[in-house]
This record gives sequence, structure tokens and C-alpha cells, in this order.
Amino acid sequence: MSVQAVVLWTDALIFLLLAAGAGLVWTIRRKEHLRAPWAAVAQRPMAMAAALVLAVFVAIGLLDSLHYRERLPDSPADAPQYAVEVLSVFDALMGDLRTQKEKTYSAPLAMQLYAKEFVEHDGVTVRDYPRLVHGGAHLADAAARQPDIARRVAVGLAQGLAASLVAFAVLAVWRARRAGVAASAWLADWRAGRLGWPARTLAGMATLLAVLGAVLVQLADAYHVFGTDKVGQDVLYIGLKSIRTGLVIGTLTTLVTLPLAIGLGIAAGYFRGWVDDVIQYVYTVLNSIPGVLLIAAAVLIVQVYIESNPERFDTAAARADIRLLALCVIMGVTSWTGLARLLRGETLKLRTLDYVEAARAFGVTHTRILGRHIFPNVFHLVLIAIVLDFSGLVLAEAVLSYVGVGVDPTMYSWGNMINGARLELAREPVVWWQLGAAFAFMFTLVLAANLFADGVRDAFDPRMERRR
Amino acid sequence: MLSYVLRRLLYAFPILIGVNLLTFALFFVVNTPDDMARLQLGAKHVTAEAIERWKAEHGYDKPLLLNETETGVQTLTNTIFFQHSAAMFAFRFGKGDDGRDIGNEIRTRMGPSLAIALPVFVIGLLVNITFALLMVFFRSTYLDLGGVVLCVMLMSISGLFYIIAGQYFVAKLWNLLPISGFADGADALPFVLLPVLVSVVAGIGSGARWYRTIFLEEIGKDYVRTARAKGLSEVRVLFRHVLKNGMIPILTGAVVVLPLLFMGSLITESFFGIPGLGSYTIDAIQAQDFAVVRAMVFLGSFLYIVGLILTDISYSWVDPRVRLR
Amino acid sequence: MKTLLDVRGLVTAIGGARVVDGVSFQVAAGETYALLGESGCGKSMTALSLMRLLPDGGRIDAGTVELDGENLLALPERAMRTVRGGRMAMIFQEPMLALNPVIKVGEQIGEALALHRNLAGEAAHDTARALLDAVGVPDPARRLDAYPFELSGGLRQRMMIAMALAGQPRLLIADEPTTALDVTIQAQVLEVLRALRRERQMGMLLITHDLGVVARNADRVGVMYAGELLEEGTREAFFAAPQHPYSRMLFAALPRPGDGGRLATIPGQVPRLDAAFTGCRFAPRCPYAVARCRAESPGWQTFGAQRVRCHRAGELPAAEMRAPGERPAAALPAAPLLQVDGLKVHFPIRRGLLQRTVGHLRAVDDVSLVIEAGRTLALVGESGCGKTTVGKALLHLVEPSAGRIALAGETVTAARLDRLRRQAQMVFQDPFSSLNPRMRVVDILLEGMEALHVGEAAQRGAAAARLLQQVGLPDDAGERYPHAFSGGQRQRIAIARALAVSPQLVICDEPTSALDVSVQAQILNLLKDLQDELGIAYLFITHNLAVVEYLAHRVAVMYLGRIVESGPATEVLRGPRHPYTQALVAAVPRIDAAAAAATPQLAGDQPSPINPPTGCHFHPRCPQADARCRESYPDARQTNAAHWVRCHMVAGE
Repeated sequence: MSVQAVVLWTDALIFLLLAAGAGLVWTIRRKEHLRAPWAAVAQRPMAMAAALVLAVFVAIGLLDSLHYRERLPDSPADAPQYAVEVLSVFDALMGDLRTQKEKTYSAPLAMQLYAKEFVEHDGVTVRDYPRLVHGGAHLADAAARQPDIARRVAVGLAQGLAASLVAFAVLAVWRARRAGVAASAWLADWRAGRLGWPARTLAGMATLLAVLGAVLVQLADAYHVFGTDKVGQDVLYIGLKSIRTGLVIGTLTTLVTLPLAIGLGIAAGYFRGWVDDVIQYVYTVLNSIPGVLLIAAAVLIVQVYIESNPERFDTAAARADIRLLALCVIMGVTSWTGLARLLRGETLKLRTLDYVEAARAFGVTHTRILGRHIFPNVFHLVLIAIVLDFSGLVLAEAVLSYVGVGVDPTMYSWGNMINGARLELAREPVVWWQLGAAFAFMFTLVLAANLFADGVRDAFDPRMERRR
Repeated sequence: MLSYVLRRLLYAFPILIGVNLLTFALFFVVNTPDDMARLQLGAKHVTAEAIERWKAEHGYDKPLLLNETETGVQTLTNTIFFQHSAAMFAFRFGKGDDGRDIGNEIRTRMGPSLAIALPVFVIGLLVNITFALLMVFFRSTYLDLGGVVLCVMLMSISGLFYIIAGQYFVAKLWNLLPISGFADGADALPFVLLPVLVSVVAGIGSGARWYRTIFLEEIGKDYVRTARAKGLSEVRVLFRHVLKNGMIPILTGAVVVLPLLFMGSLITESFFGIPGLGSYTIDAIQAQDFAVVRAMVFLGSFLYIVGLILTDISYSWVDPRVRLR
Repeated sequence: MKTLLDVRGLVTAIGGARVVDGVSFQVAAGETYALLGESGCGKSMTALSLMRLLPDGGRIDAGTVELDGENLLALPERAMRTVRGGRMAMIFQEPMLALNPVIKVGEQIGEALALHRNLAGEAAHDTARALLDAVGVPDPARRLDAYPFELSGGLRQRMMIAMALAGQPRLLIADEPTTALDVTIQAQVLEVLRALRRERQMGMLLITHDLGVVARNADRVGVMYAGELLEEGTREAFFAAPQHPYSRMLFAALPRPGDGGRLATIPGQVPRLDAAFTGCRFAPRCPYAVARCRAESPGWQTFGAQRVRCHRAGELPAAEMRAPGERPAAALPAAPLLQVDGLKVHFPIRRGLLQRTVGHLRAVDDVSLVIEAGRTLALVGESGCGKTTVGKALLHLVEPSAGRIALAGETVTAARLDRLRRQAQMVFQDPFSSLNPRMRVVDILLEGMEALHVGEAAQRGAAAARLLQQVGLPDDAGERYPHAFSGGQRQRIAIARALAVSPQLVICDEPTSALDVSVQAQILNLLKDLQDELGIAYLFITHNLAVVEYLAHRVAVMYLGRIVESGPATEVLRGPRHPYTQALVAAVPRIDAAAAAATPQLAGDQPSPINPPTGCHFHPRCPQADARCRESYPDARQTNAAHWVRCHMVAGE
């Protein structure tokens, strides 16, 4: 089956960001003084474990950003037609998880629906919980469920452990050969924590992730691990799909923030005088408007625009995507003020330093002073702000979606998950798994981001280092 | 001092004008009254008459900035800008889509909002400072490390979960407090307790961690060594010398956050059914009631500027080095 | 004399570095023991170990510290607290940072009184006032209600001393008590300390890097190097004949009056303390080192009133005196290179509702200077007198409010700054903030050439390499970043940067005040060599008169934005005419005037330039002032063709 590649706006920007990130890594590797703090980050077990978790999230997000449309099977070859539904490589990898829908709610790992229906039992129609179409469908009766789950967990554990062991053995042999020592010696060093990088923590974390992944794969094959939602969709699938939304908001917003914050913050601090007055005025005005209201107003406007120009968006995915992008832009435009103020203050300090005076004594132009003396010396603050802001933005998405000014209601996002599940808390017995899944995914991502941010900040801000 | 406050109030004017222009641009220029009417009236195929009628009802049937059909001052005053934006400087907000006077609503809803926000502010400050001081007192021990890890974990939980968990466990499962609602006077207490509790707990993570770094920065300074060299005990050093200096950034940071509580209570009030300004705003956003949203934007900015002035004044109170003139 | 403090085998480590390594010494009651050493030698850590106030990560690994026979290191923390500030008190280097900024000084003193003498209320207030009286704070009752920021540096340090005295200590530890102060204030504070020690029979442990301070204040001296005590002795014996090669080299590195020759320098750098040592720690830098020095750590040897840890002590040649080489005074023709007339830099002060300008801070008020090609003019004054502003205004780094600057006969205008920048450059005080940490050294050197289009682009690289060689840096220095270099090396880079555009005038703003004595000597030698070699003129801005005499041909003394005396260096420094110059010269602690009697001291502080005194700015502090001085600012009076003074008391030619 042939496909048509679809590049959504956010996809393009994400890969642009990836390219920029790669370029940055390349620059950093070449400059010793830039490399040093990253080497310090790499020494911290907590930060590296968090980075590993983040890497898993990012990988899922990237896979989910390669979009395509399937060709309709009965469309003619010379004028191919494509499905309206936009899929991603991640969807393809997930296989049946996307399509295996139930009628409505079902609890995690359940075999039966959460609502009673009239079902036929031995020719008699009774009101009972019907069997699920997919969840546990391979089992004959309910008694077989628990042993089956136990077996699958055990198999998953074994597979995960085995995979980790093999990977670890390959790593050990490779590293030992590169270091020119015996594998046993390398292992001894590893065990004693003498490798110069937090190898024990990383190995442990990788094993944990592998085992978790294998168990999930085993269970998801036959069950809805996190249950299903109101329309019967697998909650695990929704949770995984929401990763991309969270990542997009956490990163693209920063992409919008940075030029504004860096340009205006540094300009205000360096030039002072009327430039400073104007920039301070602008950011006081923006700051003074309650953030949610400003975002709400802007989102409402975007909504009006989308609704009055339907011809510009050929698929629902494109429509939701443009709203996501708009949200990022709006959040970026309203949130650059904090970093700008920080950079302004730092620039005010830097511009009085002797090396800037020395450059001025040579008549070095302003652009060169800004580029060579000011910016490189505030860059660590920018970096710290990027990683620190990320988790805040992911959390903000949930709140905004709750208020109704977040991402498109049709989009997979943790905010929408919470929003949809919140009302069901009043049900007896309670539908908790949607909230639980959203909580688990968000907490993991945000905690990992926070821990990583801590590591980065400690390594880049020498004052923090002393404080620990 | 007086001349300083006067000057700052003068500075506030251009900022409020800027806010007004921005909201005006957002609500009327980018998004014309016709668009608004279409959005409000719902269906795609509304008639032109219906739109005109809606605009007339809401007073949007005027030119935006210049009314050329009028003469004299009226060319400027009988416009949407003047009637809907400039009037705000006199705190005349007009009516919402539900026909009620917005100014009246603000006055009656201020009480419930404050009943939540004020205790959260005060208790939160006390709890966070206490927690931070404890961590600093036990610095570089496992207690401190555990405290920091706990803070990071608390920070990593969305505020929505605190509310949902609080409502579910405290109110629904254990039946300790009402799940939501509000009452007047002293009867409000049971309704206030849960939202306050939840908000305070939700703020501990970031608050205590931030204050901890402030105190740790202070504790590394030379005057602390001097205080110790005097023979003061560690507790006294912490409570008298470090706390007093650390309070400068904390208090001034807290004062400027005061108006931002406004946003925080948005969610809390809506979840707990508190008839305050937060839930009013959220209802307005969801109902796309532009008049109310605009009024709240103006009010929010105004309070923020007041917060900025209060910050400077509080600076001059807690820090003898700062003189306002 | 009874031994008050007895330190034996003290070892203190911070992380993996043994910052104090087996230090032993005694201080008797009523005695001042000076611990002398360059930065990083462990002298401050020794003091903090005695107080048990080490920074985080620091710990005492071995040794005993006995105060009146009681081992302090064995005391529980609670008991130690009664010792701190009670029997043993400490004052610190930077009084602005060491006092709590938001608590009134009276309360801060009161805390100590309540803690150690159980005084409160009226009694505490009276005692505090008496303490301020004792340390010479004028108007003490009012000053008790002041916050630290409302006081001048000298008063703040007196407050610190008063606070330390509150617990009636038997031992006072003074950690660089006057390093942050101006010379005239330093003299006042040291006098206070001397008087107090005499009256109260306290023991005093004086920690300093300044041989001059030691010479006037100490009874006994201990020299520290790399965490160890190297030499110890009575002041008289030590100053008459220092025994350790390191001590001798410290003396030789010090510029002294009447001294035109090269300064001796100590090659190499202080070793890192986290490495293991074998042999004498000074051996790698010692010109007298033999094989044994590198193999075996020397023990103590006693010579009369001195003891020293050196294998070669006693067999070293007698301390040689530097030949006082006369500088060729009139060798160069006096062609004026830089001419400054009526330079003013005023900063507006804005107040009130509309932020109107209500006055001006006259940082520089009518300054005129001449610098001849290839000569050095020293601009001398205390902090805040406007001397740095003069330097920056000359380069238009600060916009002058008025005045004419002419370079090689051509008036400098804002439109022709390029010419100025090629001919005049600057070297800054702090070598750590004057180099961008994110740029390679070669880029730092090339920056000026590129901006001013000096030379062909292709040849600039070679020029940078030549510059590095000229200032004595290794060839591979260009590829490295500034953090790889020590303070002295960084200052060499800064000098190379200034020289990169081949200027005729270099403005040196306190280029050695952040450096240790031995490194200062290297930089001073380098500056002198460069002047001889390239014929550069220097405007040397400094507060250090000893350096002036070594380097400068002419001196201009600045007070409160104006030049009060100007003339040939030797003439001004040896026969100062203005009372302020006289006081400055007298206040400099000199090692060879150890026996000098009480010198005239300057009372009070430098007034604020926002509101200078009427008449002669100096009259409130002047011992000779009369009615005339209070009324009118004196005109310049020539005492001879090259020397003029602004003082009513000085008769003209």
C-alpha cells in the first residue's frame, strides 16, 4: 500500500529544532569551555537517568511526528486518493492498539465492559457486563484471566531482562575493547563505579525501562493495559500519543520565546536609555495582563480564524495542528518576559565589566560586542531557562485545556484526558484509570525534565554548585 | 515616598493605556464585531439582520475609532473604543452577555475570591518558609536531600491532580469536608478549608525549594560567618540574621505574586464552585463573553501595577538600604 | 610572657586539599603575632580553624589549639560558642560584607553583649557606646542607630572591632583587617588596634599579606607558604635578616623608595595543595635549592630569635641589597604626548516627581594633565577620588562633560575617536573581569587589530604570536582560554591586548592591586621593560605610593575630583608640600621605617563628591586649615618650574 507523506507545521518545526540541536551539539563538542559543563552534567547519576527517560519520550514523540496518509485501496492508480485520516510511523508501530476499540469504558486489564447491557446467555437475555471485543478475547472464561496476566508479566520480565543482559554484554565487550582491557576488568570497574560516568545508574535505569516496555508489550497484546475511555479507545494508546503534544508545547514554545527574550532582553540591558524604556514598557504591559486571559483571548481569535477559513486546512489533523502551533506561539509571546528580564539584568552587569570596556576602547562595533562578549556569557542562563521552562509548559497545557483554551479537543493530550475524565469521578464505582494514566505519563515526563534541569543548572551556574 | 508613589501611579497610566490598546486590538480589530456576532450566534448561516441586531444589543454597532457621522467630541466618544475601552479607566465595565452589570458582579464576587486567595497566600508563605528553613538547618544531610527530592516530586504534579485528589479523598471518600460550594459569612469555613488546603499543598514544592536556594545563598555570605564568630547559635544565626535578609527577596517576590493568585484561583474556584472572580472569568472564557474577559484583563493589569508599586514600598520597609524618592 | 594561644601540628583539609599542614605557633598575652603570606597560602584557613568556623567541606584533621591551656578542638560545639566572641574574637577583611546589612550596628554589637556579658537594655546601650568611644567612632550614640551602609569603610571596620571587643576577648584574630581600606584609613584602624592591645593586654593574631603592616604592628612574625609555616621570629630579627629564601625574595620583590632598579621576582607558581609533597615545598621555585631540598622536607633550625625550615639556612649568602639604580631622568626630550585641559565629568543626580536634575556628582572637576612621550605620569589618590574616571574619560569610555583632550597636538573629537583608540589603550585592575572567559587568548589579542584595521589581516596572527612572546607568555597560550592562566599571566594577556594596536599611551588602572607582591614585581618589571623597549607613555592610576616611586616620572595627587599637587615623582614623594600628600606619604606602611615614630595621621574620611566642603575640599581633615581654607579654593602655586600645589599654606615661588 503506497502512502502520501504529510508534513504538518509542527512536524517541520520539530525537525528544524532537532537539526538546530544537532548543530549546537556539534559546536559544543568543538569548544572546550562549552563542553566542560556538559561533561559535568554527564557525571550526575540523577540527571543522566532522567535524560534516559526523556530520550525515550523524545523518541516516541519523533516517531509520532512522521506523518502520512494511506492510499485508499480502491482509488485509481493514475489519480490516487488518500484517506482523510493522518497517521504517523508511531501508529504503524503500535499496530492494532489504535484500531482495537471497545464500546465504552472498560477497566484496566479487564475482560468485560464497564457498563451493563442486555446480553444473551445460553439463549436467555439478561442484563450483564458484556465481554470486550478485544480485551481478553482469547480467554474462554474469567477464571483464566489472572493466571494469563501473571504469565504475560513473567514473560515480559524475562524478555526485558534478557534483552538488557545481551545489550549490556555487547556494551561491556565493546567498551572493554576500546579501553584495551579485559571484559572482566571493565566489569569490575563498572561495579565499583570507576568508569567516569554514572554507568551503574544508567544500566539500572535502562534495564528498568526495557523490562517495563516488554511487560507492556506482552500485556497490551491481549488487554487494554490502562483500560478504555468513554468511546472505547485504548487509554494506553491515548497516553502515548499525548507525548508528542506535550513535547511540542514544551519545546516549540521555547523556540518562539527565545528570539524575543534574547533579542529584547539583551538590547534593553546593553543599550539602556530609550531602548530600555520601550522594551520595559512592552514587557510590563504584557506581564500585567493575567496570562490565562491573554492566552484565552488569543486562542479565541485563532479559533475564529480557523473557523472562518476552513478551506485552508484539508484534514482535521491539519486544523488541530495549526491550533497547537498557535497555542505555542501565543504561549511564547506571553512568556518571554521572565527570561528577558533576567537577561536584561545580567547584561546590565556584563556591560560594565572590564572586558566589554576594553572592547569599547578598541571601538568594536555594538553588534560584535553583543555577539562575542555579551551573548556567549549569558548563554548559560538561556539554556537553564529552556530546560526549566519545559516542565512548566507541559503542566500549563493541562490547565489551559481544562479552561478550554488549550489544544484542539480532538487532539490527544494529557490535558484533554484529564478534562474528559474529571466529570466521571462522580460515577460509582469511579472511573479512575484515565486520570491515573495521564498522571503517570505527565509525572514521569515532568519529573525527568525537572531532575535533568536541576543537573543542567547545577553544572552551568557555578553559584548553584557551591550551594549544594 | 509620596512623590515616589505619585510618580509610579503616573507611570501606570501609559501601561494601562497599552493594555487597553492591546485588548482593543485583539478583540475588535483582529476579530471584528461581525466575527464575534457570528461566533455568538453559532450557526454559520446567520442572516445579516441577526448580526446587526446582536451588535446593536451589545453596543458594537459603532465605528471603531472615529465616528464620522457625529460632530465635535462625539466623533471620538461615540465609538466602540471610547465606549468599551476608555470607559474602563473610570471602572465602568458595562454589561455582560447575560445582561448583568459587570462592575456589580466584580464587587459581589470579590469577597469569596479573597476568602480563598488570602489564606492561601499567608499560610502558603508561612509553610514554605518553615519548610525551607528546616531544609537549610539540616543542609548537606540526608534530611535536606530528601526534602529537595520531595519538593521536585511535588513540583512535577499538575495542579489539577492536587485538586482532583483532594476532592476525591478528603471530600468524597472520607467525607470530611464538602466537595464544593460556598456559603456566606462564617458558614463559608467548611467550604474554604479544602480549597485552601489543596492550594497550599500544591504550592509547597516550588515555593519551599525556591526559598531554600535564597536562604542557602544568604548563609554563604560573610555576615553569617561574623554572626557565628560572635558565638551565636546556629538557630539564632538562621532565624535572626539569615531569615531577615532572606525575607527581602521572598517578601518582595510574594507581593508581586499577589495579583497572580488571581490566575491560580481561576482553576481552584471553578473546581470548588466558589462564586468568585476566578470562576466568573472562566465561565466568561468558556461562554466567550468578551465584555467580561476584557473587564477582567483590565482589572488584572490594574492589580498587577498596584502589586508592582506595593513591591517597591515593601522593599523600602524590609530593606533599610532602599529609599524611595 | 604567658602563652595565651598554643597551636600545635594543626592540619586542616578542604576536600582533598590540605590547606593547613602541620602549623604550630604560640601567641602570648599582650603580643601581636603576624601570620604573613601570599594569597592561598592557608593563613586565613588557619585563623578559621582556630575559631572552628571552616567553610562547608572543611575539617580539622589533626593538631591541638589551646587557649589558656584548654584544647578548643576537644570542646563540644555548645562550649565552643562561648569561646567564640568571648575569649577569642575575630574581625574580617571586608567590613561591608561582614556586617549584616539590614540590622543596625548597635543591635549587632548588642547581640554580642547579651551573649557574653548578659547585658541588656540601658546597660547594653551604655556599654556599646563606650565600646564605640574606645575604637574612636565620633558621635557614638547616634552611630549605634546606623545601618552599615550608612557608614564609611573606616567606620564600618571600627564597628567590627567594637563588636569583637564586646565579649572582652583575650585573643583577637584580625584577618586582613585593613586590606579593603585606603591607606589613610588603614593607618587609623591599625592605630586603634595597637592602642587597644596595649590597654587591654590582648593577644593579637594579625593575618596579612603586607610586609609594611607587619613592620609597624607585629611583635613576632610567622611566614606561611603552601599551607606550612616556613619561618618565625621576632619582628626586629626578621626584618633585619630574613632567613628563608622565600622571605628574602618577598622583600626583594617589594618596590621601595629610592629604588630604580629591577625588582626581584619569584619564578613559577604556588603549588597545588591537593598533591602529595616530597621535600621542601618551596624547592621548585628556590634559586638555592639543592638535591636534598627536593628529597627531604626540612625541619626547624633555630638562629637566635628566629627559627626557619630550610636545609640551607645559615649557609646562604647574606641578603644582598638591590643597587639603587638611578633612572635616566632627563634622557628623553619632554615632548608632550597627551595634553588634557579642564577635564570635567559630572553625573547628574535626579530627584522628585519628574526626576529633574537637582545637582551633579562631580567625579572629575577641572583636571589638567600633561604626559610626555615615553614617560610615566602616576595619578594617585584614595578610592572615590575620581582617578579611574579620569582614565576612562580620556578614552571616551565615559563621556567627558567638558574639557579638551589633545593627543600629539591634535584635539580629540567624538568624530575622530579611531585615531585616539589607536594611540591610547587601557589595562584594567582586575585581570579576572578584564578578559572574556569565552574567547581564546588569540581572539582577544586580534579583536583590537580587527576593529581598528591595524596591519594586514594575514599578518595579524604572527603579530599576536609576537605579542605573547613580548609579554613573556608561552607560545601555545593563544589557543587557550583565559581560565587556564593565573592572575599574573592574565594581566600579561591584558597588557598584550592593549599593545596589539601599537599605542603610544597606555592607561594602567591599578594593574597590580589585585596581585600578590611577587607577581606585582613581575608585572612592574614588564611594564618598565616595555617602556624602555617601545617608548610607550603610561598614565599609571594607583593608590599605592610605593609602586609610584618605582615606575613614575611625574606624580599628580588627586583629592575629591581635583588635582591638589603635581610634580616630579621623587620630589613629590620625598618632599610633599600639600598636607594631603604629606598624610598619604606618611600613612604608607614602610618596612624600612620599622622604628618610625608616630606619624601625623589624617582624621576622618573623604567627603562625598556630591556635596564637597566649601573652600578647600580638604580643609575638614587638614591639621593646618584656617579661615581662608574654609572660604576659597586655593589656586595652583608653583613651587618650582615643574611642581605645583593647591594649598593656601604653601607659598609660591
